[in-house]
Amino acid sequence: MEAIFEKYSLKKPESLIPLLQEIQEANGYLTDEIVEKVSVHLNIPTNRIYGVATFYDQFRFKRRGIFHIRVCRGTSCYLCSSSSYLKEIEKLLKVQDGSVTRDKKFSLETVNCMGGCSQSPVIRINDTYYHHLSVSDLGEIIRTLREKSE
Amino acid sequence: MLLTIEINGQQVSAKRGETILTVLNRIGVKVPTLCFFGSLSPTGSCRMCVVEVEGLTHLVPACSHQVEEWMQIHTHSPRVLKARKALVELLLANHPDDCLYCDRNGSCELQDLSEELQVRERRYPSSHKPVQIDKTCASIQRDPGKCVLCGRCSRVCTEIIGISAIDSVGRGSSTRIGTSYNKGLNYHACVKCGQCIMSCPTAALTERKSLPRVIEALGNPDLYPVVQFSPTVPGAIAEEFGLKSNKDIMNILRSALKKIGFRQSFDVSLASDITIMEEAALFLERWPRKTTLFTSCCPSWVRYIEVFRPEFVEYLSPVKSPQQIMGALIKQYITSSAGIKSEKVFVVSVMPCTSKKTEADVEGNGTRSVDAVITIRELVKLIRLLGIDLNNLEPEPAENAFSISSSSGRLFGVSGGHLEGLMRSIHFLNTGQELNPIKINDLRGLKPKKESRMRINKLPVNVVAVNGLANAIALMDEIAAGRDDIHIVEVMACPGGCINGGGQKIGTDEKMLKSRMKALYDIDEEEIVKVAHKNPTLNELFDKFLSKPNSERNREVLHKDRSKIISE
Repeated sequence: MEAIFEKYSLKKPESLIPLLQEIQEANGYLTDEIVEKVSVHLNIPTNRIYGVATFYDQFRFKRRGIFHIRVCRGTSCYLCSSSSYLKEIEKLLKVQDGSVTRDKKFSLETVNCMGGCSQSPVIRINDTYYHHLSVSDLGEIIRTLREKSE
Repeated sequence: MLLTIEINGQQVSAKRGETILTVLNRIGVKVPTLCFFGSLSPTGSCRMCVVEVEGLTHLVPACSHQVEEWMQIHTHSPRVLKARKALVELLLANHPDDCLYCDRNGSCELQDLSEELQVRERRYPSSHKPVQIDKTCASIQRDPGKCVLCGRCSRVCTEIIGISAIDSVGRGSSTRIGTSYNKGLNYHACVKCGQCIMSCPTAALTERKSLPRVIEALGNPDLYPVVQFSPTVPGAIAEEFGLKSNKDIMNILRSALKKIGFRQSFDVSLASDITIMEEAALFLERWPRKTTLFTSCCPSWVRYIEVFRPEFVEYLSPVKSPQQIMGALIKQYITSSAGIKSEKVFVVSVMPCTSKKTEADVEGNGTRSVDAVITIRELVKLIRLLGIDLNNLEPEPAENAFSISSSSGRLFGVSGGHLEGLMRSIHFLNTGQELNPIKINDLRGLKPKKESRMRINKLPVNVVAVNGLANAIALMDEIAAGRDDIHIVEVMACPGGCINGGGQKIGTDEKMLKSRMKALYDIDEEEIVKVAHKNPTLNELFDKFLSKPNSERNREVLHKDRSKIISE
């Protein structure tokens, strides 16, 4: 963290977003303590930083699982019934949108568009995109990933 | 450069760069506004002030749209009225229908708008969900369920106070005005000045009520309720009940307080006089060596320094605020010398301030100097509740010597006033002569920053009075950057000082501020005792209860130990 701060030693308020991005990259997610440290470093009130960080979807205040599942809820995926995929994942993992499984292996999030509308519905797990799946494929995918992590 | 525009068929000249709203206000055309607020930067987010401009397909917000040559503007066309009405209806769809139970019933801008635009039915189904009320803070209560997201509070908190304790959190339809990490207002940052309450159009922000506790204490036969009030209270009560703010109003107020059930009433200005004597002694002990003294009468300012600038705590005057001093005097001396046990005394203070509520809660080592703090708004409610008719009250003169205070003490209510009173006494104590002229015009007026370069015994004393905490923060940055020519800094967190405090009447405007300020300066003009060191009661207090200014005894009673804060 100190190294990242050093990179932004000019303390310009406009470095807020890149600074938060780098810290999140390194830490996985943002915490109250991080916001406070950034606030002291850039001399921006904590609440302004919190406002910015909650405005953008890219910043998160929750730990992610080893496998981070994003289910697209954009218009096209919505029409292709992405909600049934979401429900199936929630059922399989016993996890809610925006939270992590107890074993910290899987986390679930809905996003608004991943730009793959022709492939709807789209699901992204870490950096792999899945498309044209059927709901019944999901169980197999999750089982494989779980085995992989053990 | 002047240009001509047409408003509702009338030719009007306007300056380039002006907003449409400025022009409308000048020519007396009233359009409703909601998110627009005084000197704050316009955001155009509520769209209530939309007007129709010929040639443009969409309606434009008057508060943030600049005039252009030959604009033809319609401010009340059917299309505009329909749009405004729909906006209010949409706001109401997200608002609880509990006006009858609401703290701001009768003083709510949303109510006014819905009346003005004649909303008579619910066209949009209610989507209001109950939200948890934030009661973490002892001064301010937040009910996000009543928030209309106008953003006035967050802009006041950022632009005028400079703290940003509340700000927009989230995005789109889930945006709300919130605190860092949604942890409640008391978690940190907020200085409790209450300016957000003054700017809130609805009851999303209100003071934490101490009134129920006060009413209970008044009815408890085992307690001896007494009241102390800030020098801004008589004027504010006169304003609220349509009385003349003259010398009598003080006695009418005393009479009303007695009717309410308080056994004795005290003017906090006496404690302000003590503050002046203590701070003058502290200052003269060090001066003319290099020294900087920050006044400590404003609890929001003290909190700012303690939380954000601990490196400056050593500059902060160790003297408690007048409210706490007066509370201590009442409990430890005035009532006890009349034979009343201090446990039985219930001290209520009436303040134009929300920050004092927290101060009274936090300070004191186990024993409270002040038991409850109510704002002026709460006092007005209490007077109305008890059906006291101020127009037909016999003025009641003060019954004890502790009601005597100099007009310097009263000036604490206005920015620059504390400093003016302090300089008068410093001058006298150092030279043995009264300051001549006794008025310090440099320190008067509503300017955010007032500097005065004075000379005492031919040596310079530079003093600065700042109001609006954001301006004080800028001054602190100057001092941190090396500015060292200032001897005394007076800060009041609210713009204008306590006359515009967070506990004053909602809807205070500049005209009201000016008349409140003038009322205090008029008292100074008329009063015979104009300086703290000539207050006869102080001599008695210094003889019998306290000791010489800045003596060990006085430090024990009047000073606050800030060493703890430094080590934290």
